Amino acid sequence: MQKLKLVMVGNGMAGVRTLEELLKLEPDLYDITVFGAEPYPNYNRIMLSPVLAGEQEIQDIILNDLDWYAQHNITLHLNKKVVRIDRQSKTVHAEDGTSASYDRLLLATGSKPFILPVPGKELDGVIGYRDIHDTHAMIETAKQYRHAVVIGGGLLGLEAANGLALRGMDVTVVHLMPWLMERQLDQVSAQMLQRSLEAKGLKFRLGTQTESLLGEGRVQAIRFKDGTEIPADLVVMAVGIRPDTALAASAGVHCDRGVVVDDTMQTYAPGIYAVGECAAHRGIAYGLVAPLFEQAKVCANHLARLGIARYQGSVTSTKLKVTGIDLFSAGDFSGGEGTDEVVLHDAAGGVYKKLVLRDDTLIGAVMVGDTKDGAWYFQLIRDGKNVADMRDHLMFGQSHLGNTGHQGQDSAAAMPDEMEVCGCNGVCKGTIVKAVKEQGLFTLDEVRKHTKASASCGSCTGLVEQILASTLGGAYAAQTGKAKPLCGCTALTHEEVRKSIVDEQLLSIPQVMQQLNWSTPNGCASCRPALNYYLICAWPRAAKDDPQSRLINERAHGNIQKDGTFSVVPRMHGGVTTPEQLRRIADVADKYQVRTVKVTGGQRIDLFGIKKEDLPQVWADLDMPSGYAYGKSLRTVKTCVGSEWCRFGVQDSTQMGIDIEHALDRMWTPHKFKIAVSGCPRNCAEAAIKDVGIIGVDSGWEIYVGGNGGIKTEVAQFLVKVKTREEVMEYVGAFTQLYREEARYLDRTVHYIERVGMDHIKQRVVEDAAGRKAMYDRLLFALEGAQDPWAKQNLNPREYAPLTL
Amino acid sequence: MENWIRIATLDDIPALGSRVVKTPQGDIALFRTADDQVFALHDRCPHKGGPLSQGMVFGHTVACPLHGWNINLESGEAVAPDVGCTKKLATRLEAGEVYLLA
Repeated sequence: MQKLKLVMVGNGMAGVRTLEELLKLEPDLYDITVFGAEPYPNYNRIMLSPVLAGEQEIQDIILNDLDWYAQHNITLHLNKKVVRIDRQSKTVHAEDGTSASYDRLLLATGSKPFILPVPGKELDGVIGYRDIHDTHAMIETAKQYRHAVVIGGGLLGLEAANGLALRGMDVTVVHLMPWLMERQLDQVSAQMLQRSLEAKGLKFRLGTQTESLLGEGRVQAIRFKDGTEIPADLVVMAVGIRPDTALAASAGVHCDRGVVVDDTMQTYAPGIYAVGECAAHRGIAYGLVAPLFEQAKVCANHLARLGIARYQGSVTSTKLKVTGIDLFSAGDFSGGEGTDEVVLHDAAGGVYKKLVLRDDTLIGAVMVGDTKDGAWYFQLIRDGKNVADMRDHLMFGQSHLGNTGHQGQDSAAAMPDEMEVCGCNGVCKGTIVKAVKEQGLFTLDEVRKHTKASASCGSCTGLVEQILASTLGGAYAAQTGKAKPLCGCTALTHEEVRKSIVDEQLLSIPQVMQQLNWSTPNGCASCRPALNYYLICAWPRAAKDDPQSRLINERAHGNIQKDGTFSVVPRMHGGVTTPEQLRRIADVADKYQVRTVKVTGGQRIDLFGIKKEDLPQVWADLDMPSGYAYGKSLRTVKTCVGSEWCRFGVQDSTQMGIDIEHALDRMWTPHKFKIAVSGCPRNCAEAAIKDVGIIGVDSGWEIYVGGNGGIKTEVAQFLVKVKTREEVMEYVGAFTQLYREEARYLDRTVHYIERVGMDHIKQRVVEDAAGRKAMYDRLLFALEGAQDPWAKQNLNPREYAPLTL
Repeated sequence: MENWIRIATLDDIPALGSRVVKTPQGDIALFRTADDQVFALHDRCPHKGGPLSQGMVFGHTVACPLHGWNINLESGEAVAPDVGCTKKLATRLEAGEVYLLA
């Protein structure tokens, strides 16, 4: 079959990313031709500043070398500017006469620097700052001339000024507004930035308007509206960019502040698409890399004729590093009527933080120096979350109690290259920086994939993001607006998938995948376990539990260890055992030559080094129920001895723990689930760091939820105080069911509560008595008749027995 | 000379699952995909030696149970950006019987 012809005009980051995404989806659908006006293959425009500053060479910032184009059979026309599109004959024509016909045309013409319409703008030595050509011009000028003027005190202008200063020029930044980067910074933070740049030798003329550029042939001076003049051998205009729509407009493609595209990245002209800085989507032409890459993905999906993706715009925050100074801003940080400001300002320490609130929601933030909590603030702004109960500590950022594994470091810039960032995967700062530069990474996800940093427990995410931002140097868009899809196999969120399972009564994974148009035939290792849980949670006993969609621990009912053997933890309700049980455990340990016998943190005994094929016999010999120590399930109910023995105990915590463990045994949950019961407020069972903590007091029981002692150290929050054992059961059961029904798979209770808020939990579990009862009943229904997976009649022999030759 | 050894029936391997074959040369992981194809790899992930037979199968890929590397069942190659390869063995499926090339 004849291949379709795809022509792309423009050879920049958004366009080439579109081709990369397209080739992943449909490598053979098109014959692809690319026209680039510059003589270089696709390079990383964000990295021009390090090149100007002398930190990197051009070849370091090439993203796709010529081999890449050749490997994918892409016809590449470099140095050829397309000047005409003939929509009748579907052909594009370049300046030198080269032409190409197309079935689909992709416009990725980017943007142009805005040149102030002042007299003298045509003089030699007056340039914009946009591409390698401009960068070269600046580097060459710096070798021969002394005086540089940069017009525009935004990010790009400051980077240009910094680079020129490093190249030995005497640089003055001219800015129309009263302070620098007025769209990203408030006056205080901008002045801090200005002072630190002045310390590096840069000069500033703020609130100053340019009247004309003077000189004959080459620019020699700049004159301002107030009549003063300063010498200028080089003038860099960095006062903004404009979408480059000249070509599209000349072909009659509808343009309005950019080439106008719809949610599928199609223009108003049939067969013509546009992505990147040239495109205007819902009135906005984006200039940051993250939204543009999102556009690329959507556009590729439609070019591949899959037709399922939509681009719905992006919300962006700005995390910037200007010449070694960390800055962050998001939302509306200018304040004003009806808003409150919370400010922390340590001028000597170089730290400034301002949070702007309206009606107990965060609406804006700006930070200098310490920007590690930027992502968190941005999330709060975007979610419009009520922050009333954290106002007093909002300024100090997200709780970092459990943020272990990187020696308490939380400032990326100050870290040496060899310092470990990710303690789970042993990734150092230098490794991340190198990967970002050499592999051309732009997003947190990409860094995770390539380096594994923050890919396991995630506690170093903020730090990794900071390193990414400071390495990218220019503007880095922290996150974009949409809720994250469940995994790469679908565009739907966890909540959307769960809703469909309930509303449409879906009962099996293949049914879900078919109904919801999964993009892969059998999903992946992320979505299958999640779907399996959502199904059995929504439809207990009716939905089919699919062992092949469970990870090995839950499939084999043991914990896989690094050498491929398993560990076995029998259940000891409430941490109470008997000499008879201990004898059996000892006998099993002898018989199977268990290498390590370990008392766990959850008051049980763990036997290590069991071969998989021995598991069924080990369980039979133990004759104890499974402890579910391997599952996203109820793990342990830890207890203290309570009033039965302890001279301080006021409640029988041991019996309460045993009762709860019996009631909730064999329960599947979104993530592991731990409970503890203490018999008095001394709290020896450490109930404050459990998913559910119950503390006996003289007059009854206090129930706490959302505690966590591991991945994110967090003290549980008070839910309710009750009097009787029955009430404890009902409230704990109802909270547990709420978590089971609403938490995303792999969210611990602490993450879930952080997302929905404690008010929501209290409303559902405490205030709504009928709802509480109904939730508890649903839990009991789900648990009814659940079987012990270690019992012989429940085993699947195929799972354990090896084959032989 | 080619030496095909009969190992199992197709039904011995769960769809989207695997079985371990014990051999004097070490464990072999035998996989069955949703489209009822059978693949065999040495049961060691190129990353840290995890038993691939215990991983989750999707498409023609298995995810290692230890750290989640994805290994292509057809080639034994790790899926990019991870780099590594585990040795593959030829398999043949005939009338519901699975053969391994020794």
